[in-house]
Amino acid sequence: MESTKATTRLEAFRGKWSDEDVKHLLKRTMFGAKPDDVVHVRALTPRKALNELLADEPAPPPPINNYNDDKFTDDEIMPGETWTTSINYDGMNNGRRRNSFKAWWLGLMLNQSRTLREKMVVFWHNHFATETNMVDNALMCYRHNALLRQHALGNFKELVKAITKDPAMLKYLNGTASNKKAPDENYGRELQELFTVGKGPGSQYTEADVIAAAKVLTGFRNDTITFVSLFDPGRHDSSDKTFSEFYRNTTIKGRRGPDGEQELDDLLTMIFVQDEVARFICRKLYRFFVYHQIDADTEATIITPLADVFRTNNYEIKPVLRELFGSQHFFQAMNRGAMIKSPLDYTVGLCREFGIAFPESTDYADQYGLWLAVQNQTAAMQQNIGDPPNVAGWPAYYQEPMFDKLWVNSDTLPKRNVFTDGMTNGAIGRNGKKLTIDVLAFTQTLPNPADPAALIDDAVRRLYMLELPEKDKQYIKTSILLSGLQDMMSDHYWTQAWQNLTAKPDDTVNKTNVTRKLKSLYKYLMNLPQYQLT
Amino acid sequence: MKRRDFIKNTAVAGVLLPQFLNGFSIRAMAQTSLMPAAGHDQINDRVLVLIQLNGGNDGLNTVIPVDQYGAYQAARPNIALPQNKVLKLNGADAMALHPALSEIQLLFNEGKAGIVQAVSYPKPNFSHFRATDIWMTGSDSDKVLNTGWAGRYLNDSFPGFPDKYPNETMPDPLAIQVGSVVASAFQGPAFTMGLAISNPANFYNLIEDKTDATSNTRWGEQLAYLEKVSQKTDQYAGVIKKAALSITRQSDKYPTPGKNPLADQLKIVARLVAGGLRTKVYLVSTGSFDTHAKQAEPDDTTTGTHAQLLRRVSEAVGAFMDDLKGLNVADRVMGMTFSEFGRRIKSNASGGTDHGAAAPVFYFGNAVKVGVIGTNPQLPTTATVNDNVAMQYDFRSVYATVLQQWLNLPPNEVQRVLMGQFPLLPMV
Repeated sequence: MESTKATTRLEAFRGKWSDEDVKHLLKRTMFGAKPDDVVHVRALTPRKALNELLADEPAPPPPINNYNDDKFTDDEIMPGETWTTSINYDGMNNGRRRNSFKAWWLGLMLNQSRTLREKMVVFWHNHFATETNMVDNALMCYRHNALLRQHALGNFKELVKAITKDPAMLKYLNGTASNKKAPDENYGRELQELFTVGKGPGSQYTEADVIAAAKVLTGFRNDTITFVSLFDPGRHDSSDKTFSEFYRNTTIKGRRGPDGEQELDDLLTMIFVQDEVARFICRKLYRFFVYHQIDADTEATIITPLADVFRTNNYEIKPVLRELFGSQHFFQAMNRGAMIKSPLDYTVGLCREFGIAFPESTDYADQYGLWLAVQNQTAAMQQNIGDPPNVAGWPAYYQEPMFDKLWVNSDTLPKRNVFTDGMTNGAIGRNGKKLTIDVLAFTQTLPNPADPAALIDDAVRRLYMLELPEKDKQYIKTSILLSGLQDMMSDHYWTQAWQNLTAKPDDTVNKTNVTRKLKSLYKYLMNLPQYQLT
Repeated sequence: MKRRDFIKNTAVAGVLLPQFLNGFSIRAMAQTSLMPAAGHDQINDRVLVLIQLNGGNDGLNTVIPVDQYGAYQAARPNIALPQNKVLKLNGADAMALHPALSEIQLLFNEGKAGIVQAVSYPKPNFSHFRATDIWMTGSDSDKVLNTGWAGRYLNDSFPGFPDKYPNETMPDPLAIQVGSVVASAFQGPAFTMGLAISNPANFYNLIEDKTDATSNTRWGEQLAYLEKVSQKTDQYAGVIKKAALSITRQSDKYPTPGKNPLADQLKIVARLVAGGLRTKVYLVSTGSFDTHAKQAEPDDTTTGTHAQLLRRVSEAVGAFMDDLKGLNVADRVMGMTFSEFGRRIKSNASGGTDHGAAAPVFYFGNAVKVGVIGTNPQLPTTATVNDNVAMQYDFRSVYATVLQQWLNLPPNEVQRVLMGQFPLLPMV
């Protein structure tokens, strides 16, 4: 529950709530700003808009068997039925189920509701990073993901507790191998370094704290048949664990038997007393949603009050997000277009903003296949969901001083351009079903497509967070839409072509002509650096 | 008979038809060699430069039919050029050039330029967009093609593009377009075969390692970074930069940068050709030939919009040729102009001309055969608004000639690229 206790707050947004504000909010909190989402949210007050974005949703239907083919038939799970009920794993079904899981996850992003949930699932996935390659069990990966989704907008402390006992995490950070004789320090370290207090200036946990935490955490292991975790008292170190000055020299009283599991609560209580936990998470949220750099001023005026809200609300996540996305600071002009799109923002955002049609669920094999195709493209751009590079997540979210600039290099930038060109040309397909930007349909949704200058203005406004210099727009109009014709009086040639198309939609020559120009236009716009920014 | 011999022979036979001969000036005939160049030598160092005149150039006020001066003046009294001002062409007294074309006149009289009269195609289309597509793709006027004529040529000559390129044999872009997004002329069956240097400013940004974006804002700083990565990433950026940087001095005949956009583009082309790029085809373009109104000033028809447009072309081509000569690469380059259509014989009441049919093509280079190919258009004594310049040569004959005789593409491949057989012209 959100607390009503007095707390330092950020200055609230008091703007006029323009389309540009809404676009900024949606592009940051969702994958792309779909035109109808912008229209919908624009009609709400900022407060109501945030209520909708922060709304809870039921869990989505689980991933299914989309993977039977010439080489493999899942004898246990019928095609189209979910495999998440199965605990029978072997080398044959595991890889296929894992692909099904990744495709499903991508599909959830593509078909996301108007809420923050899917963005937050990616945020927490980056925060509590696990790799499907190492977990090597599709069911555990799915359950881990379901857990992130369940807690995505819930309570952070509860999330940390659930993650600590999560089978995928136990396997990924060696919790299953840890016991009283050989407490494994891996999770005990990352719990502090990466998941809670972090490595910021306010964090001074010691190596001894790592060892002590590792001892607290002994006893958890996975049931290797059902893939659920359990607490095994026989493996738990029941001695007292004393922590450093940073943790106020707290001693966690050793407990025997099944009670040993409760030491985890003591550990989290001790850690969550530290103010740095809230600050660390708020900095991470800020970098994920607003801007990569946090200077002293931002720390004092944004991070500190946000952290205050987080603590006052007992680590409930929603109040923090409400505060951040309701703030004047978030909507400031300087923060717009100031982030380089993550690969997911790039690929999923494109599909959503252009309304790319995917096969229906009745055609699940192609539907999953094409979701996976988008996932593969995203992975090639260096964001392979389910498999971040390591437990710290993607460097673009933490590696100073580059941060999000790391997404773009001489390998990935051309891949981004190949992707946008390919989506324009229908290069990604399966069984004759192609993912294609319908340039005519998209253009028809613009307010005044018959006027070439207005068309470009509106397309730029749809696709970019930034204005394009007038000379660039003029250049695009002349060289693309008008095929090199200059002067204002030439505009009517485009108008004529557009009107001819409207009058005779089946006229092949005119349709080809207009479509070709529009494809060039959108390819060109997506190849400009402005399209990389969100 | 082998297929290739058949095509070769029919091509020659076609050219020898009597009505065809009528069009040749004496000098052109004397130098004509219609035998296809021997061998399939793709890696020769010849370069083709296409100059697109956007908007539909008024051919009758470009190459003036002085042998029909009365009819010419009657058809377009408000824009006709005075006889004493037009520029004479050596050995071709029946026609003369617009007074603004002094550099072209000079090249012609020096034997380095020629004219193909009345170029068009059957059933011409008067829509800018459609007509441009026809010229770019090389299609019949009732067919829609998704590939460009130069793109098909390059795809044919450089198999495996783009996957196998750049490579040792062809480390450079196959085609370069300055001043626009890649034209459909360069569109290959699957990929565009050309590279666009999207505008001259970008070219200089590239070679000087500069970006347009300023970094005094959060987004500006990101944008500058992206532009930088983008420059560095272009697989051809390195070779282009290297070629450009190896040329430090160019002709002083070029106008001040920004004054003549076509000259600015051709200056870049000369620099890249001389810098050693083996790029086969360049495309540059200049616009505003869509002169519906005020094409010429009523008090002095040698001035006005059209005069200014043609002066730009003439000045740019003159400076380009001078530059190529100074850079010692003039023998390697052949250029030609084209426009999507010509304009009507009769001028309109606004002192302009409306969309029409055939128009002349200029070609130039050290190696070309000088002359006027074809005759002056036949002008009616009383022109009506519907009268048009009739086609004498299919534009694909021009393409066939440059492909076969300049770029050495074997005749059977020329036919495949152009999807048909078109008689060669004595241009080279």
